[in-house]
Amino acid sequence: MSILVNKDSRIVVQGLTGKEGMFHAEQMIAYGSKVVAGVTPGKAGQSVLGVPVFHTVADAKAATGADVSLIFVPAAFAADAACEASAAGVELVVVISEHIPVMDMIRAKAFLNARGTLMVGPNCPGVITPGQCKVGIMPGYIHTPGGVGVVSRSGTLTYEVVHQITQAGLGQSTCIGIGGDPIIGLNFVQLLELFREDPGTQAVCLIGEIGGDAEEKAAAVVAAGYPKPVFGFVAGLTAPPGKRMGHAGAIISGAKGRAQDKLAAMEAAGITVIRALGEFGATVASKLR
Amino acid sequence: MNVHEYQAKEMLARFGVPVPKGGLATTPQEAAGVARELGAPAFVVKAQVHAGGRGKAGGVKVCKSVDEVQAAAQAILGMHLISHQTGPEGKLVRKVWVEAATEIARELYVAVVLDRGAERLAVMASPDGGMDIEEVAAATPERIFSTRIDPGQPLWDFQCRQLLFGCGLDAAQVRQGTGLLQALVELATAKDATQVEINPLAVTAQGKLVALDAKINFDDSGLRRNPDVAALKDPTETDELELAATELGLNYIRLEGNVGTMVNGAGLAMATMDVIKMAGAQPANFLDVGGGASEEMITKGFEIILDDPKVEAILINIFGGILRCDVLAAGVVGAARKMDLKVPLVVRLEGTNVAEGRRILDESGLNFSVAGSMSEAAAKVAQVLEGAA
Repeated sequence: MSILVNKDSRIVVQGLTGKEGMFHAEQMIAYGSKVVAGVTPGKAGQSVLGVPVFHTVADAKAATGADVSLIFVPAAFAADAACEASAAGVELVVVISEHIPVMDMIRAKAFLNARGTLMVGPNCPGVITPGQCKVGIMPGYIHTPGGVGVVSRSGTLTYEVVHQITQAGLGQSTCIGIGGDPIIGLNFVQLLELFREDPGTQAVCLIGEIGGDAEEKAAAVVAAGYPKPVFGFVAGLTAPPGKRMGHAGAIISGAKGRAQDKLAAMEAAGITVIRALGEFGATVASKLR
Repeated sequence: MNVHEYQAKEMLARFGVPVPKGGLATTPQEAAGVARELGAPAFVVKAQVHAGGRGKAGGVKVCKSVDEVQAAAQAILGMHLISHQTGPEGKLVRKVWVEAATEIARELYVAVVLDRGAERLAVMASPDGGMDIEEVAAATPERIFSTRIDPGQPLWDFQCRQLLFGCGLDAAQVRQGTGLLQALVELATAKDATQVEINPLAVTAQGKLVALDAKINFDDSGLRRNPDVAALKDPTETDELELAATELGLNYIRLEGNVGTMVNGAGLAMATMDVIKMAGAQPANFLDVGGGASEEMITKGFEIILDDPKVEAILINIFGGILRCDVLAAGVVGAARKMDLKVPLVVRLEGTNVAEGRRILDESGLNFSVAGSMSEAAAKVAQVLEGAA
């Protein structure tokens, strides 16, 4: 079992004909993902990697039944692309694009919410259900099918954790990079709820970082009663206040968004907090055995 | 991106928000000239640096004459202004803003900010202007009024009335304040600002509202479509290495420690800094060379790290995903040779083709210490520093 995507997910790639879109679509197809359509306005009728290209998501959906969209378009057009996918009735929109203006995301998020469309990202590596479906830019081979759900605000840090879990002899149910921006789609709380109901997930790992209060809200959900073990890590204990640490959302504002407060909230909620990143996989494995 | 007070006030004025008349000066003579032209009964001379707490730090002076303005500018220009937001070394003041002093009856606080949790803009107002708003929020939260703007909706008049009557303004002032708050929202929306703060917003002796101080933070991701905002960037306000890094396309932040770091990905870069601290050392920087690091980016990363004289060791932590570790290892070796590296280097590579990557590092003949895991990398950094001491 899994959440969000599985072997039956039918993926449309918005921006398929671009360099990045083509590269990652090829990797996804090699992994076994069903990439059924591409969208590039003005390029309908073309075929890339054996995948038909359409002018619009609506056309792509009508012709192929796509239910997941993956967005690689440049930041200036990404919010529009997400709204297009939502309007076309795509159920899940995964936005890889980075540097999307916050004002655009405020409007796009409201548009998607009004239509019940789920979004992952932006500024994220995407979603993978190991062995079934990869929708994003993560290296597929570090994953292995299993029962650990992983949710993370960061890209390569997710790979690090997933790799350790795999090395420790466990596998993952679904891994979601939720993105490093101030305004994102699915968050820790929503994904904890999806994992709660997923019989294929035995434990959940939350990989947080400084900025915002997503980790504190997740801790509150766990504190209120969560049926599965939860593991937590927060990056940025040594980050100075007032500085954006790479991700647009990773900033300590005044006394808000500090890593030590997030870790304290997690610990108080009964989440197993791992401070030494190198011991993440081993800790999860020892607790689950 | 932050801007100076004078730039924020010019921006506010463009959106119809009343601000005191004033001018910018870089010398005491210029400051006197601005004052003479203003011809006001009293003036305020204000240091222009990107930091709060300027008043307490001696960076703001009220003057009664042109001569006093010149003397105040003399004292402020060239000072290293030290406040709770600058760090102990302070900030060099290169410019002052001279404005006509305002007769103040009372001071309010108003702001438009991005509310991350609510995923929309929030508008806030408080009758306790001129104070640190976080202190007001902690001590007397009932004295802060706020409302949120639904995406795609305007800031309605009634929302402004709730805030401004709450602050105790009279009906005429509420009418003026409504337009002012709506102008702040228009500015934030049009110019991609995630924070527009007026503290204090003065009610003058004549009952008018005037923005006495202003702070605007712009969304970096919106700068491309707002070239007028991008042009407000003051390079002297940014650390020179951070500036150089930005030009090379790197995400670099200088810190206080002695272990330089180079990592692909922001989250892993922060986690690597933390690992260094846990090993008993201190990170010298945050450096994200991008999720898909290339040899070129690694060479550039070395240049930036080695320009910091505090660096006594370097930890490179790369998780090779789509990019293969052997390619990255060749990049590290190539870059290290080019740079004639003098400080010890710990390299931790993980991911695709890692065995081949480590072999390339081992056989390079360079003084690398190769680590397998994060824990090992931390231990090796501590070891290398002990050896150096």
